[in-house]
Amino acid sequence: MADLSNYRFTASHEWVRVEGSNATVGISDHAQAQLGDVIFLELPAVGTEVKAGAKFGAIESVKAASDLYSPVGGTVAEVNAALTERPELVNSDPYGEGWMLRLESATDDGGDLLDEASYTKLVGA
Amino acid sequence: MVEFGGFDMPLQYTTIREEHIAVRTRCGLFDLSHMGEVRFSGDEALDVVQRLVTNDVARLEAGGALYGVMCNEKGGIVDDVVVYREANGYMVVINAACRPKDVAWMGEHSAECEFEDIGDSVALLAVQGPRAVGLVSTLCPDDVASLRPFHCRDSTVAGVPASVSRTGYTGEDGFELYVAAADAPGLWDSLLEAGRPEGLIPCGLGARDTLRLEAGLRLYGQDMDDHTDPYSCALGWTVKLQKGEFIGKPALLELDPAHPPHRFVGIELQGRAIARHGQQVVADGKEAGVVTSGTFSFTLDHSIATASLDGAVPADAELSVDIRGTAAAATVVPLPFYRRPKGA
Repeated sequence: MADLSNYRFTASHEWVRVEGSNATVGISDHAQAQLGDVIFLELPAVGTEVKAGAKFGAIESVKAASDLYSPVGGTVAEVNAALTERPELVNSDPYGEGWMLRLESATDDGGDLLDEASYTKLVGA
Repeated sequence: MVEFGGFDMPLQYTTIREEHIAVRTRCGLFDLSHMGEVRFSGDEALDVVQRLVTNDVARLEAGGALYGVMCNEKGGIVDDVVVYREANGYMVVINAACRPKDVAWMGEHSAECEFEDIGDSVALLAVQGPRAVGLVSTLCPDDVASLRPFHCRDSTVAGVPASVSRTGYTGEDGFELYVAAADAPGLWDSLLEAGRPEGLIPCGLGARDTLRLEAGLRLYGQDMDDHTDPYSCALGWTVKLQKGEFIGKPALLELDPAHPPHRFVGIELQGRAIARHGQQVVADGKEAGVVTSGTFSFTLDHSIATASLDGAVPADAELSVDIRGTAAAATVVPLPFYRRPKGA
């Protein structure tokens, strides 16, 4: 089990790991399990401004397409290029290799973010 | 688990991808007990079933089966079905979600023979994939490996009385096994146990859908409904106008089979985004139809879909699908998307 003490979660199942003014964003293990085989990700270009709580992209599995919402605001500094060829990394390693965005100038103004214990309780795991 | 036609069904046991690949390369086991079965028996059964379905049931010999559709008076499809010739009549397999509607419809049109909904007492397990025939043969005292496609015989599988049918919904070789409901859990366990060395795994509704779509097979409720005529979903080959009267024939005679109101096509998409049921198809910048089914093809490694286009859309039109606001270029390709290798 990954050490998630530095991760914060949204009720819409994204996670964020903030390190100084940088933030990394992905989706939770619960979310990837619910989606099943991830086929395709629609992610913003580097330089895009994303807002806390706003849609930043979409994820598609065989079962469903879902919008992705950013836990924090910031500027997209890097997109996980490996996901273009291997979107299944979101399934196999949602908290590691399956990361989606790195943000600069991250603004952690989301008072609604949950810690691991609260998120686990939310999804009833 | 998902609710489907009144049954709680597993969408997947492991992952859709893993189950899909198992069926294409080894074999998979499906619990299809949700499918409905009805039985027509007595001297008039043939006439009754001939009036209900568009295909020619009279040409079925004992143990033979055929695919067809049932139409309403307007020529719309009530359901797509498989008809089995039995010793004293016919068994017709219907879609779970259509069962109440079908049973009412068939009941209304079968006064001349005995008609029974046997769905609750019949269970259906399917073993599909290149190793399926070998596996089931080892559990069967009779020579089922020599059964031809769309043929069926009574036998036993792992000691359980079963109608063994060389049919399926995956594009692979294999069997569908009709058994008494009470025997199904035991047979499921026996098949899984015997199949483990062959790589058999249980498969859910998710893989059933990706497999059937690669094989170009229709799904009632998505690809057709009560308002779709058989020609408009490329099932004209199941309509036998020469066989005599049947429900919907006068309406179908009004249509031109070569130019029906809608054209049912297979499309391949560039990229991996999935075109989904109900999304709009655009031809040369104009609204041209809708996606009826779509998925990601694990075998072909790109997105595939079927679409219903307005009959007037030219065959060489530039097509795209509006996938959540993004236009994805689409190319019309012949169905099926996948055909199993010869000899496999």
